[in-house]
Amino acid sequence: MKIVTCIKRVPDTEARLKIAAGRDIDAAGLKFIISPYDEFAVEAALQLREAKGGGEVIVVSVGEAAAAEQLRAALALGADRAVLLEAPPTLDGLVTARALAAELKDANADLYLFGMKAADDDQQQVGPMVAELLGLPCVTVVAELELGDGKILCHREVEGGIEVVEAPLPAVVTITKGKYEPRYPSLKGIMAAKKKPLEEKEAAAGPSRVRLLDLSHPPERPPGKVVGQGADAVPELLRLLREEAKAL
Amino acid sequence: MANVLALAEQRDGKLKKVSEEVVSAARTLADALGGRVEALVLGPAGVADVAAGLARFGADRIWAVEHDAFAKYEPDGFAQAVSERVRADDYFAVLFPADSLGKDLAPRVAARLDLPLATDATALSVADGELIITRPVYAGRAFARVVLEATPRLVSLRPNVFRPEERPRAGEVQRLEATTSPEQWRVRMRELVAASAARPDVGEASIIVSGGRGLQSPEHWHLLEALCEAMGPQCTLGASRAVVDAGWRPHAEQVGQTGKTVQPQLYIAVGISGAMQHLAGMRSAKTIVAINKDPDAPIFKVADYGIVGDAFEVLPRLTEEVRKLRGQ
Repeated sequence: MKIVTCIKRVPDTEARLKIAAGRDIDAAGLKFIISPYDEFAVEAALQLREAKGGGEVIVVSVGEAAAAEQLRAALALGADRAVLLEAPPTLDGLVTARALAAELKDANADLYLFGMKAADDDQQQVGPMVAELLGLPCVTVVAELELGDGKILCHREVEGGIEVVEAPLPAVVTITKGKYEPRYPSLKGIMAAKKKPLEEKEAAAGPSRVRLLDLSHPPERPPGKVVGQGADAVPELLRLLREEAKAL
Repeated sequence: MANVLALAEQRDGKLKKVSEEVVSAARTLADALGGRVEALVLGPAGVADVAAGLARFGADRIWAVEHDAFAKYEPDGFAQAVSERVRADDYFAVLFPADSLGKDLAPRVAARLDLPLATDATALSVADGELIITRPVYAGRAFARVVLEATPRLVSLRPNVFRPEERPRAGEVQRLEATTSPEQWRVRMRELVAASAARPDVGEASIIVSGGRGLQSPEHWHLLEALCEAMGPQCTLGASRAVVDAGWRPHAEQVGQTGKTVQPQLYIAVGISGAMQHLAGMRSAKTIVAINKDPDAPIFKVADYGIVGDAFEVLPRLTEEVRKLRGQ
């Protein structure tokens, strides 16, 4: 079984972000990670390979040269080889999707896994776009998947429940938090990763058609107040919610 | 070229509330441009009659694609039908709901039509004839304003942010033939396993009662459930990442990074200290209440109202008072 997993380098999700010149995240001193949902996707790929008793897991990233760090991290977790498609950052998911589709069109994988969205631009679009460009079936926001004979059964998280969805292979699946809690890399894995192939090449990326005007911090909330201590503060809280905030 | 297409959505034969939001946002946009609003709805036979109600929210025309296989969301069939409608006219913009359906569907349509897409927008404005889209990034830790350099502009709108507004128009209903057939669809929905059916999704609820590690164990969740019940049918349960990771609560309830970014009218955080990623996920709520034992918990920095105290004492009292207030 051959599985391609696409990952993205993003700033640490617990970091306080500084905005430079109203347009960009100030990367100085910032730690970068594999986007959390992509990490679930890597874990899903590794578990499926283990369940099958063999196969190949290829990790692919579109991004700047520094994204090699995240590809190495995925190799340390157990992926077999990596491809970095170098491209400047873009907010246009379709540009990223085209670069990936150009690389993957002859990959002949059984499964193409993505995180359901990237933790930086939060666009939640590249996976299904790649599926459309490759003409493959696609299931998004999958918490758990089961391999069948030439098909997959996906548990898809939607409002009000779980959809059980079936698709033939090869297919594109985007992964959410669920069954695939990421493993930690072993020391052996980290050592082995240094010798695994990591191919770097220029991405076939077109011009971006999403133009950023500016980036800003979320509006500050006005200072709140502590209504009181313990259960006795409840009536005053409700009065404020009703009369001041008009929230009830 | 000044017309706006709004995708409306039905479930179980009823329009979802987010449809009214999307059509209302389309109305505001079309008014700024001097254009018309067209709504598009896909569903089983009879959906055209249901969709006629969108005239109230400003739809000049309503396209209805009726097909019995459209009773539930079918990605392949929906992507084809919506792409065809978008291609058939010169729209300035096409608005989708950024709920489960819209988040799955809009990227498929965008790729089919070779158009860029901005998802999960929280504000739209028009300046010099250009559409300016505000959308949260970094799970709400920053906001980007973007412009799409292609026509039509494809945008999905975050639920619960754009207010439904009644501005009646003719809403002439036109039925469209579904040219897609289920035999061609590769992805098929087999089953919908419903969660606690009565409560709205955390991404769509107008009141969220959210619990964290301060509740000490999953057995104590009945206290939050009672408060949620007292708050009424628009209320749902939320959870911090810590309690989801601990397996106390399902992921569907998680607020913050790797969960949902929410924007309810009222967010009540109980026993949640307020990690950076949680705050980013809920700080856009209209009103925030924090109940926490630790007066220095970061959650108090974003809360409008705080009670410093033990959740096990405060919650039952709060539930009781809310019940009284609501005349239960």
